[in-house]
Amino acid sequence: MTETNVLLIVSLTLVAVAGTVVVATGEPSRQAVVLSVFGLLLGLLFVVLQAPDVALSQIGVGTAVVPLMVVLAVRKIRQLGSRR
Amino acid sequence: MSRGVRTLIFLAGAAGLGMLLVLAFLRCPPFGGDWHPYRDMAVPAALAHVTPNVVSSVNFDQRGLDTLGEETILLGSVLGATVLLRPGRHETRREPQDVGRVLQVTRLGGYVMLPLALTLGLDVVIHGHLTPGGGFQGGVVLATGLHLTYVAGSYPALRRLRPVSWYEYAEALGAGTFSVLGVVGLVTSAALLANFLPLGQFQQLFSSGTVLALSVATGCEVAAGVVVLLAAFLEQTIMIDSSRERAG
Repeated sequence: MTETNVLLIVSLTLVAVAGTVVVATGEPSRQAVVLSVFGLLLGLLFVVLQAPDVALSQIGVGTAVVPLMVVLAVRKIRQLGSRR
Repeated sequence: MSRGVRTLIFLAGAAGLGMLLVLAFLRCPPFGGDWHPYRDMAVPAALAHVTPNVVSSVNFDQRGLDTLGEETILLGSVLGATVLLRPGRHETRREPQDVGRVLQVTRLGGYVMLPLALTLGLDVVIHGHLTPGGGFQGGVVLATGLHLTYVAGSYPALRRLRPVSWYEYAEALGAGTFSVLGVVGLVTSAALLANFLPLGQFQQLFSSGTVLALSVATGCEVAAGVVVLLAAFLEQTIMIDSSRERAG
């Protein structure tokens, strides 16, 4: 087994585990943090698969922008909920 | 619709999708093989247009129309989100309260990373035709980098650094430039988004024709678009008081 294959198996496993954790996390604000970690691991997988362009997009969007939007939306919903 | 009927419809759909997936996977070329017909056509086409980063060549030259579509989708999504997040009739603006406390370490890290992130973003946008990256990736880095001001400082600091209307103009300018460059290609070479600029030499900053120009236009649009999008979210969360929504 070559070193690349070992890296591939490791990063694929990490992505599968992290993805399962995202799905299993109930609380949306915690889910955003786990999603961010999942995005980072997915970016790592893309680097191992020699797709640095996709990895850059993935890390920017999946690790930073989307979790931030989720966190902000959750905070707004809590504000609304606490006042009613 | 009763639960039983819904389950039946779901099962029918899932079975169809599952069957198609199995059929598709059975015909898939094996993972990691050396049969890549698309690569065999894309790499020579990229090299013919002096674009070392084949991915950028595919994005902005060979399949520029796809990117034009994606740009338009992004523009439409930002527009839609901004409309949805605008202050409602019974919502009032307020000054941000509860500024909170930022850890010294976070503050230091944020302000050290801010110039680095902005420089990296510019670098990724400008060298998209030579090295991995391009307008989309660099634009996202620029937009998220800018928000380090919020993480390390405060929301008022971010607002001072980020007059949203400028970014709205920049977003429109980027999207418009992309379309105009495409139409110029149509007029000069009879194909939308065809290259009409000199191709230059390999590894030079000004090379690969319209790939660089389209990448910079995309970078402008994506950076500004993401800033406007996050601004709408931040504004709604921090600046808008919805407490009188019900009472009104």
